[in-house]
Amino acid sequence: MDLLIRNGRVIDPASGIDGRYDLLVLNGKIQAVQPVIKPPAAIDCRIIDAAGCIVTPGLIDMHTHLREPGHEYKETIQSGSRAAAAGGFTSIACMANTEPVNDTAAVTRFICERARTQACVNVFPIGAMTVGLKGETLTEMGDMKAAGIVAVSDDGRTVADTEVMRRCMEYARTFDLPVICHCEDHNLSRYGVMHEGITAMRLGLRGIPPIAEEIIVARDILLAAWTGYPVHIAHVSTAGSVRLISDAKQRGIPVTAETAPHYFTLTEEAVIGFNTDAKVNPPLRTAEDRAAIREGLCDGTIDVIASDHAPHSSLEKDVEFDNAAYGMIGLETSLALTLALVHEGVLTMNQAIEKLTINPARILRLPKGTLVPGTEADITIIDPNQRWTIDRDHFFSKSKNSPLHGMPVTGKVLYTIVAGTVVYPFPA
Amino acid sequence: MELRQKHLLGIEDLSAGEISLILETAASMKEVSSRDIKKVPTLRGKTVINLFFEPSTRTRTSFEIAGKRLSADVINISSSSSSVVKGETLEDTGKNLQAMNPDLIIIRHPNPGAPHLLARTLEASIINAGDGAHEHPTQALLDAYTMQEKMGQIEGLSVAIIGDITHSRVARSNILLLRKMGATVRVCGPRTMVPLFIEQMGVSYVPDLREAVKDVNVIMMLRIQLERQQQRLFPSIREYARYFGLTRSVLDAARNDVLIMHPGPINRGVEISPDVLDTPSTIILDQVANGVAVRMALMYLLIGR
Repeated sequence: MDLLIRNGRVIDPASGIDGRYDLLVLNGKIQAVQPVIKPPAAIDCRIIDAAGCIVTPGLIDMHTHLREPGHEYKETIQSGSRAAAAGGFTSIACMANTEPVNDTAAVTRFICERARTQACVNVFPIGAMTVGLKGETLTEMGDMKAAGIVAVSDDGRTVADTEVMRRCMEYARTFDLPVICHCEDHNLSRYGVMHEGITAMRLGLRGIPPIAEEIIVARDILLAAWTGYPVHIAHVSTAGSVRLISDAKQRGIPVTAETAPHYFTLTEEAVIGFNTDAKVNPPLRTAEDRAAIREGLCDGTIDVIASDHAPHSSLEKDVEFDNAAYGMIGLETSLALTLALVHEGVLTMNQAIEKLTINPARILRLPKGTLVPGTEADITIIDPNQRWTIDRDHFFSKSKNSPLHGMPVTGKVLYTIVAGTVVYPFPA
Repeated sequence: MELRQKHLLGIEDLSAGEISLILETAASMKEVSSRDIKKVPTLRGKTVINLFFEPSTRTRTSFEIAGKRLSADVINISSSSSSVVKGETLEDTGKNLQAMNPDLIIIRHPNPGAPHLLARTLEASIINAGDGAHEHPTQALLDAYTMQEKMGQIEGLSVAIIGDITHSRVARSNILLLRKMGATVRVCGPRTMVPLFIEQMGVSYVPDLREAVKDVNVIMMLRIQLERQQQRLFPSIREYARYFGLTRSVLDAARNDVLIMHPGPINRGVEISPDVLDTPSTIILDQVANGVAVRMALMYLLIGR
């Protein structure tokens, strides 16, 4: 079906468009973006009136965990993709820490096949850098790329051996695969379960110091400088990391970075009361760190906002804090938290959209994240002023582990469109 | 006046007024323990469960005696003999106990926040008898009772807490209580076992033991857990005892009327040398005796009216 979206404020940072435009989709592709487009003669052209709404390139989440294969009771490719669609995402990249790990082309092919038949949004697998995420042996990146991976990462673990990390980067370069770094010195973080600070001290919980992240951020920046191959730093959580990345960029070192909405929204205090939904890795930090993350988003140090959607069931969360799993879900809340930064004046709407569309597309080398005619018609239509309350009982994700339950937010997805097809609201 | 909450999860949740109320109530309970017939009918028909996931002699027995002197039915469960070894979660264990309708569950657990988990899910009142490195509120209350008994009042006292502060729930609860009641606190120990941000709790850090004990009214020694050596937090018991053990010669730097406390169990000759243990300044057994009175007071205040 063809589609005409009228009267919306179209924002496409990649082409510099921001204004009232009509947008025509033919055969699943963007046909035209013009001030006024008359409905074509074709009878089955659906018309969406987007007056008062924002029309953007389909949002891209470059950091999710879909749990399939292996932990389907937490999330599946199907349920995760529905959560994505409800959150405005038309493309998601999923990390390799499934069971089995996505460290061979066979697993990659399984994920792509499931995505093709089950997912309502585009799913791009990320392959492991080392076999079994063990940090020892390189994976068959060439085969995995041929099977469909768009990047490599040992997310959840840092490749502790710097020599192995260097070889991972050089080998990934052979196949032009982006390298995404989870930065954590596991020796320093070994005993910790939350940020090492005043709250951990008061709660008697063992701390993870910010330098556990920063030491590896610094190392991976140095590796990028030495090898000349870019690194992308995942889920930046500390002021020190922002500073290191900012300095590196100023010196021309090829580095990009992402943060997750919880790091610019919450602080370590969310843990008070031993709230396991607020247990996440890297941990929620201090108000100063949160301020630095916001500044880094504003000045461009942090290129991307990614959810780090990490579903867990009550089995992993309704236990003692020490024994609870790390992670929180985010696909259905990321946009609203990002828009909060716009409402608060931290980011312009353009900056916010850029970090959710063209920037992740460029890092993952995807021909997406823009509304330039000829590209696949992935589109998100957002009512930026609609108020709603985050309610874990209304998530489409299989899991409910969100510390944001009950938070009032402003800005809601009205339509998510993938290749010209409206996938959200879900067909009845 | 009464307590605002039906649980005692930590000193953090208590006001100075509530702490005073508990200490006053404990004074009248202490009298019961001195009687020939050490029993009153206050909690007759009430059920109290001692749920201990860590080894304990003093605290578990103290709660049991406290409950029995108030005529409650007291049941003891320890982790080695419970369904925990069969893989049951804490929440499920709690719900099963709740199904038998107890009035009070006293829990000791190695993980911070375990009593809070039970308090969120169960109907019964919960007393935290020690949760990991978080809090041990009844210990702090019995320590406060003992200080008050010996010194008249807590306000204005100066207390030095010595040893492994980082891993000590006794230290945390005592710091919170002493600060709320107007005492000053300094801590001393190897820096590897003192939190980076300890000053934020309103205390000062003094690395030298002789400096730390100078002019204080109370020296509170903490137990050093020998497995901390494996975590590379100190090099040897020998060096620990030499720099942080309370000996006669260290005591020479302190006031003559200083009181020496320890929550037990003691590593004799490590934290405290045997000759110091035998001086009248050492009031460790008074602490134990007062523990019963303080726990009777809490049971009465939480489920006795």
